[in-house]
Amino acid sequence: MALLSNTAVLLGKELRTEFRSRELLTTTVVFILIVIVLFSFTFDPTSDESRRFGSGLLWLAFLFAASLMLQPCFLREQTNDTLSALRLSVSDPFAIFLAKLTANTLFLLLTELFLLPLFAMMYNVPVVGVLPWLVLVFALGSLGISIAGTALSAISAQARMRELLLPLLMLPLLTPILVASTEITKGLLDRAPYVQWKGIGFLAIFDLVFLTVLWLFGEYLLEE
Amino acid sequence: MTPPSFSPTGIRFEKIEKRYGGLYALRRVSLEIAAGECVVFAGRNGSGKTTLLRIAARLSRPSSGTVTFVNNSGVTGETPPAAGFVAHATMVYDELTAEENLLLFAKLQGIAAPAARAEKLLWEVGLEERRNSLVRTFSRGMRQRVAIARALLNEPAVVLFDEPATGLDPQGVGWLAEKLRGLRDSGRTILMSLHGESEISNLATRAIRLDAGAVVADTRTGANFRSILTFANA
Repeated sequence: MALLSNTAVLLGKELRTEFRSRELLTTTVVFILIVIVLFSFTFDPTSDESRRFGSGLLWLAFLFAASLMLQPCFLREQTNDTLSALRLSVSDPFAIFLAKLTANTLFLLLTELFLLPLFAMMYNVPVVGVLPWLVLVFALGSLGISIAGTALSAISAQARMRELLLPLLMLPLLTPILVASTEITKGLLDRAPYVQWKGIGFLAIFDLVFLTVLWLFGEYLLEE
Repeated sequence: MTPPSFSPTGIRFEKIEKRYGGLYALRRVSLEIAAGECVVFAGRNGSGKTTLLRIAARLSRPSSGTVTFVNNSGVTGETPPAAGFVAHATMVYDELTAEENLLLFAKLQGIAAPAARAEKLLWEVGLEERRNSLVRTFSRGMRQRVAIARALLNEPAVVLFDEPATGLDPQGVGWLAEKLRGLRDSGRTILMSLHGESEISNLATRAIRLDAGAVVADTRTGANFRSILTFANA
C-alpha cells in the first residue's frame, strides 16, 4: 500500500515538473517529427513502400527519442542530490523506479500518439482501422523501453561517461523489443492487417520479466 | 513545557570502514554518541566527515562495521528512528515551490497532516510569504532554509548536517546558528561536519577530528576543543 501511495506521489511530481518545464516532451516530439518529415521528403515512398519499412522507421525514431528522454531521468536527481532525499523518504525504493518508468512510458506514448496521424498522412498509410491494436503495441513497446531504460539510466547516471553509456547499454538490450514491436506494427500496417499474437505475448513477457528484475534488484542501483 | 515528540536517540558506530576500491574513506571508526549531544566533525577535505554522516543517514553502506541507534530505554536498532539529513546540496527540487517540496516529502514519509506540517515548518524557517515561489528563484540562504525544513518534517530525533554553512552569508550563518541552538536545546542529537571555528561550531558539546578516515582527536571540553576546530583550517 505504501509502495502504491509513494509511487502516486512521485508520479505526480514527475508530471508536474515535466508539464512545467516541457523539456522532455518538446525534445522527443521535435526529434521524431524531424525523422518522419526528413525521411518522407528524402525517399518520397509509395503507400506499399511505407507499409514495408514505415514500422521500422517509426520504432527507430521512438527508440532514439526514448534514449534522449531517459538520459536526464536520474541525472536531474543529481543536481541537488534529490535522489538522496527520495531514498530517505520512501519506504520502498522501487517506488522511485515505478514512478519514473510510468512517467517515461506516459511521455513516450503521448509523443507517439501525437505524431501517429502525421506519419499516417505523410506516408499515406491508413491507421484508423487498427488504432486500438497500434495503441496496444505502442504501450507494450514503450513500457519495455521505459523499464529497461529507466534502470539503465540509474546505472549510467553514476558513471563518468554517462552521456555515452546509456545508448551503449540500451541499444543492444532493447534489440529484441525493437524487432518484436517493428514486426507487429508491420503486420498492422499491411493492406490486409493482421495481429501477431506471438509478438504481443513476447512484449508482455519482456515487460514482466524486466519489471520483476527491477523490483528485485533496483534498490542496489540507487546505492552509492 | 511540552514533552518532545521524539524519543531522544544516541548513535553507536562500531569499527566502521568504508573502502572505494583500494582507497579507505573510513578506517575502523568507533564512536559512541549519546542522546542529545551536539557533535562537530572537523577535518580536512577527504578526511571522511561526509562519508561518516552519509553512513549514519543510511545513504551509504559501510564496507564493514555497524551503526546502531540507541534510545533512552536502551533499545537498539540498525534503522534510524527518524533521522533528518541536511547535505551540502539542498536536496530539494528547484522546479517545485517551497510548499510543493515540503508537501512532496511529507507525503512520502507518511506524515499524518502533511499540509499543516509543511505550513508550520515554512513559518518556522521564515518562508511563509515565499511558499508559492519556485525554489530556483531563491537565494542560497533561502534554499538552505527549505532544506532544513525538509529535514525536520518527521520531527527527527537525530539531525545530520554536512557543512550546513557553506555558501551562507553572515546573516544566514546567524540564522542557522539560532535554528541549531533550538534543535540542540530541544534534546535532539546533532552531528555536523564543519570547516573551522564559527558561530555554529560554538554550539557543539563535543568535537571530533578526523584525518585520513580515522578519529585522531575527540574531546568534550578544554583547550583541545578549540584546537580541533581551528586545526581544521590548517
